[in-house]
Amino acid sequence: MDTPFAITLGPGSSSVNRTGTWRTERPVYVDRLPPCNQACPAGENVQGWLYTAEEGDYQTAWRQLVAANPFPAVMGRVCYHPCETACNRAQLDHAVGINSVEEFLGDEAIRRGWVLPTPAPDTGKRVLVVGAGPSGLSAAYQLCMLGHHVEIRDSAARPGGMMRYAIPTFRLPRDVLDAEIDRLLALGIDFRPNTPVTDLTAEHGFDAVFLAVGAQLAHRAYVPAAQSARILDALELLGDTAAGGRPLLGRTVAVYGGGNTAMDAARTARRLGADEAIIVYRRTRERMPANDIEVTDALEEGIRMKWLSTVKHADVGVLTIERMELDEKGVPQPTGELEELRADALVLALGQDVDHTLVDTLPGVRVEGGVVQVDGHMMTGYPGVFAGGDMVPSARSVTVAIGHGAAAARNIDAWLRGTVATPEPEREVATFERLNTWYYSDAPETVRPRLDAARRVSDFAEVTGRLDVDTALYEARRCMSCGNCFGCDNCYGVCPDNAIVKVRTGHGYAIDLDYCKGCALCVTECPAGAIDMIPEPD
Amino acid sequence: MRRQLEGSRAIAETVARCRPGVIPAYPITPQTHIVEALGTMVRKGTLTSCRFLTVESEFAAMSAAIGASLTGSRVYTATSSQGLLYMTEAVFNAAGLGAPIVMTVANRAIGAPINIWNDQSDSMALRDSGWIQLHAPDNQAAADLHVLAFRLAEELSVPVMVCVDGFVLTHAFEPIDVPEQEIVDAVLPPYRPRQVLDPDAPVTIGAMVGPDAFTEVKYLADHALRSAPAVFERIAAEFADAVGAPQRRACCVQDYSTTGADTVVVALGSVTGTLRDVVDSVEGVGVLTVTMYRPFPAEQVRAALAGARRIVVLERALASGAGGIVTSDVRSALAGLDVPVHTVIAGLGGRPIGAASLRELLTRPGLGDVTFLDLREDVIDRELGREAVHETDRETAYETDREPVAERDGQPAIEFDREAAGEFDRELDSQPALEPAGEFDREPAGEPAGA
Amino acid sequence: MPAQSVKFYQVGSRAVGNRLLDAELRTEQSSADRRNSITSGHRACQGCGEALGARYVLDTAARVTGGRLVTVNATGCLEVFSTPYPESAWQVPWLHSLFANAASVASGVAAALEAQGRTDIRVLAQGGDGGTVDIGFACLSGMFERGDDVLFVCYDNEAYMNTGVQRSGATPAYARTATTEAVGPIPGSRPGQGKDLPRIAMAHEIPYVATATVAELRDLEAKVEKAMSMRGPRYLHVLVPCPLGWGSAPAETVRLARLAQRSGLFPVFEAEHGEVTSVLPIRDRIPVEEYLRPQRRYAHLFNDPPRTDLIERIQQIADRNVARYHLNPHEAPRETPLEISHEEGA
Ligand SMILES: Cc1cc2nc3c(=O)[nH]c(=O)nc-3n(C[C@H](O)[C@H](O)[C@H](O)COP(=O)(O)OP(=O)(O)OC[C@H]3O[C@@H](n4cnc5c(N)ncnc54)[C@H](O)[C@@H]3O)c2cc1C
Ligand SMILES: Cc1ncc(C[n+]2csc(CCOP(=O)(O)OP(=O)(O)O)c2C)c(N)n1
Ligand code: SF4
Ligand code: SF4
Ligand code: SF4
Ligand SMILES: [Mg+2]
Repeated sequence: MDTPFAITLGPGSSSVNRTGTWRTERPVYVDRLPPCNQACPAGENVQGWLYTAEEGDYQTAWRQLVAANPFPAVMGRVCYHPCETACNRAQLDHAVGINSVEEFLGDEAIRRGWVLPTPAPDTGKRVLVVGAGPSGLSAAYQLCMLGHHVEIRDSAARPGGMMRYAIPTFRLPRDVLDAEIDRLLALGIDFRPNTPVTDLTAEHGFDAVFLAVGAQLAHRAYVPAAQSARILDALELLGDTAAGGRPLLGRTVAVYGGGNTAMDAARTARRLGADEAIIVYRRTRERMPANDIEVTDALEEGIRMKWLSTVKHADVGVLTIERMELDEKGVPQPTGELEELRADALVLALGQDVDHTLVDTLPGVRVEGGVVQVDGHMMTGYPGVFAGGDMVPSARSVTVAIGHGAAAARNIDAWLRGTVATPEPEREVATFERLNTWYYSDAPETVRPRLDAARRVSDFAEVTGRLDVDTALYEARRCMSCGNCFGCDNCYGVCPDNAIVKVRTGHGYAIDLDYCKGCALCVTECPAGAIDMIPEPD
Repeated sequence: MRRQLEGSRAIAETVARCRPGVIPAYPITPQTHIVEALGTMVRKGTLTSCRFLTVESEFAAMSAAIGASLTGSRVYTATSSQGLLYMTEAVFNAAGLGAPIVMTVANRAIGAPINIWNDQSDSMALRDSGWIQLHAPDNQAAADLHVLAFRLAEELSVPVMVCVDGFVLTHAFEPIDVPEQEIVDAVLPPYRPRQVLDPDAPVTIGAMVGPDAFTEVKYLADHALRSAPAVFERIAAEFADAVGAPQRRACCVQDYSTTGADTVVVALGSVTGTLRDVVDSVEGVGVLTVTMYRPFPAEQVRAALAGARRIVVLERALASGAGGIVTSDVRSALAGLDVPVHTVIAGLGGRPIGAASLRELLTRPGLGDVTFLDLREDVIDRELGREAVHETDRETAYETDREPVAERDGQPAIEFDREAAGEFDRELDSQPALEPAGEFDREPAGEPAGA
Repeated sequence: MPAQSVKFYQVGSRAVGNRLLDAELRTEQSSADRRNSITSGHRACQGCGEALGARYVLDTAARVTGGRLVTVNATGCLEVFSTPYPESAWQVPWLHSLFANAASVASGVAAALEAQGRTDIRVLAQGGDGGTVDIGFACLSGMFERGDDVLFVCYDNEAYMNTGVQRSGATPAYARTATTEAVGPIPGSRPGQGKDLPRIAMAHEIPYVATATVAELRDLEAKVEKAMSMRGPRYLHVLVPCPLGWGSAPAETVRLARLAQRSGLFPVFEAEHGEVTSVLPIRDRIPVEEYLRPQRRYAHLFNDPPRTDLIERIQQIADRNVARYHLNPHEAPRETPLEISHEEGA
């Protein structure tokens, strides 16, 4: 066409006009730290594996998960999921059921026989792990993946620590536990059962040691009691039961203590035939150390709670209880008011202590408040000896123990290389305010099916059910990918200047700074808060 | 083949033979008969591949014309007077975009006071809109000029207005030869647009142009416009050859009896016919008919007027406060020549220009700068007398024709009867009109004039 | 819930795209090879809603017509920022004639295409609110009434922006503009209905009338697609916030469009042959204040003391819209129409 001058222009000729020069600020893609990741004691990249699970690629999601935690099926049953407490979605409707998806992935892996990745080539280094509880197993796993030779010794006949000898089977079926532990040990870890380690100074041929003996001693508390009163320890009760025993308790059982162990003991008592199980606790429900879920479960199963009460005296068939009062500091004080409580047996669940005789011979190792002190690299005062799990100062849970194991492995690995592990770079947390939650679909949480209470107390069947493929997918997709791009194309779409392009690398998007005017629309409309505005460099 | 036809009908049939693709139309007297006829042809299927759009205003008509033209269709429309002014913005725009639209302007006065009769104030108002303006001296030329107009417009990518005196030509029945289809086809090849909206070759038409290029755009448009006289005459010759009628060969300007003439009267449109008759009987007076008024063919005008000792420009429009419009064009064409140019304002709002008045005027010994032909002095005197404030200025304003016209000529020129005009229209209407008289913006008969 | 779970895509239909969606269910805007009918390098303000809206509309129109599309544009911001010589941002055939005549020019284009037998090529005309509801109104009404095969899209930024933010017939009550300053007892634009063009368009009983915003992309694209599947005159009215004219942050453009819809001030619906056929329900209704407050054109309502009387009046307008179009699934339909006060000021 012989087009007239100036009046008629060629298509798209504006692209020579670089509007990027207008900009005073520029958008950058960021990976903020999702609160779930931040809260996960095991250091899982929750958002990351959920992202993969959203696509229905469960095997890959599982692989991502087990990179940090080799026990998803166990986690899905026993983890207190602080990730869900932290989950931003809780501020929108309900937290994402991270734990239930995790369990689903764990069970899928067991069902389908997915195998753990092949460990790195042998480094020639040997590490001794003492204790095959979750902490020891986690450390062994990570060390093994890094190519180190690991030997685990445990005084017990079977591996698992408290997971096997304390947590009731109605919460954690042992076939699940066995499957995950066996898979782990099959990587080539040298497990020695019935091998208590008593003197570390006697051990030779190891380049490093990880101690994870837990807190296995029942806390001794003096309860005045008649000779023939039936008093037993919670760990003993749980251990026997888990091993298949049916300890005799009578029709009414009192459990003394307010922790998770007390809940498990009371619930176990019900299943062992006690018509009534009563928890006696010094403080109020709010101040109970037991996890809220456990308390609720216990209450659902008809367990009674006697708050603000201490056991003054135990007689045959009856307990003397003193009512307590909280002072202004929240400390329970005796009131002198007494009452009687019928109970055929008293189960003590007053906490566990660490047996630290093992380190007493090691120079430099400090024990304070009954627990072994470690530095920021999980190392005790004795070079090359690391410790984690219940035996070190920390919250006590399977998840924390696993996190310790992994962290210790990283540090041991660095130690073996003669270096120091560098901490992960600090990332800004993807707080709720950073999100544009408008975009997320309304999606109430999926509640895992549960046995009704009557059915529960009749035997040791697992209480909580699984998600199925659909509900797991749904639940994964409730994740908002806080702080991390999830490929919604919003930024690409809302840019009035077409200054965002799709690329094959990285996040899949790039800012075309030739044209970006710096309006920050992409930032505001990113649901996940994965874009930041930064001042334009001079 | 010559047939007894109404001017409007002849124009419509000629336009139809030019095979327009789109005709947006809005009614206004005295243009209506043209578009009504075209609309009927489209309806009847005698004019095929054509969309007749009944738009809601002249502004829309010209706008639709622009759209259609830049989509590659040959576009025609027609208007008059108020309608032309109503579409003004789009008229300029069509030229600016180089849309080769052809539009008939059935020349009519502009209100207020509202008046439906002929003068040329409308097209004169838009003379500098960037369009080519052709003025038809008679109905045969009116028909022929439309063929030339399309060809010219499309060759130059410039829109063309064909100005035809309202009623005088549009409603007059005469023997007219509507150019045969083969002749039109031979002279007017299919439209090949310079630029067009086309998904296969997308362009941006109508960009915003700033100070950096606007002058050049305007220069180039002016340049194209200035080539029009030469192109027009070439095409006109081609057309005359094709018709086999040398007398129908149009020229930018046409002289008549100017050789050796002392006085040459310059005029546009149908009045030139009357003038020719008059000069036949008045010694030493010739006539110069200007057919192409825009671009103004200054060289040809100068050449044609070079021998004259006195020039009279007969104008059917008035530049209020200035005088004659064509006069200024003629004066600048004659720059440097020492020859007096007199303006005669005549025929405003449909007042007939009688041969007797013209004869008297041309034989009058002295002629002022600006003369109003057949001015009703009694009315002026009476009215100005009422406005004492202006009394003193009166004499200096214009040279006027002082003699009472009625005494000179028996024609009912001055006591122009509004009813009669309506009759006139009805009489000339060849087709049975659906609406009475086809006169929609006529004031209801019997109402006092000037109400 | 489980039955429906596989249909759940995290951001469902709200975001531009989603990696989890089947390709054919994604928006045109999410496509890596969308046309960018109006491409980079245009001179729209930062965060311009009109530039965004135009690309949203045209990309979809171009897709569904397989690129057999020509466009006509009225004078206004969109025209000015996209075509200053020597650069044009348009990748589609595009024609600008005047401010008032886009609809008529488009009628002419459509007529020409019909006359040429090229009705496979579709015509889309577009303009600002001024070019649509005010100066271009007669042409638009004519185009509707004649039944011309044109989709006319109005990008409503609620004032004459290109000339520096003057009031138009689409300027909402109490909004400050350069010709309705925030002074006197009735600050800002005169209260009243203004010109409700979608409803006027419906009164022409044309095949299709729809409203949309730049915040609901999928809805907008669906409407463009539907409009292009029909013949005859169609009208699409898109709310496009203008950071300059509204006194809002460029980054807030999409959010404000969303709040306008959520408040009920901008009802999003579609109508066929004069009857409303669907509305976009308000997902989570907000008081108008939440929408007004971030905009400086309403700053005078939030002085100390605030003009709660005027805010209440605006709220009434929103309430009436909600009632009229049954916008809120959580509010029972009303038997009687809602009254709004007709006094001018307080
Ligand atoms: C009843 C109960 C219920 C619980 N429920 C939960 C729950 O639901 N969720 C949760 O997260 N946490 C729960 N916990 C806490 C959790 O089980 C522990 O925090 C966790 O098991 C600690 O792991 P660990 O590896 O540090 O120690 P442990 O699990 O205690 O394992 C220590 C291992 O070391 C071995 N060992 C000890 N001494 C020696 C030695 N000298 N030589 C060799 N081996 C030795 C032991 O045999 C044992 O296998 C529960 C605890 C109890 C008691
Ligand atoms: C006939 C005419 N009158 C006035 C103008 C000046 N003018 C150009 S754009 C414009 C405002 C456009 O407002 P709108 O249509 O709402 O579009 P916006 O710029 O807000 O997108 C005005 C008044 C003009 N170009 N033409
Ligand atoms: S929504 Fe997803 S990413 Fe955000 S905190 Fe919850 S689980 Fe983590
Ligand atoms: S807007 Fe969507 S695609 Fe863009 S960065 Fe955020 S999550 Fe990723
Ligand atoms: S939306 Fe586009 S122009 Fe605005 S900051 Fe983001 S990339 Fe830049
Ligand atoms: Mg506007």
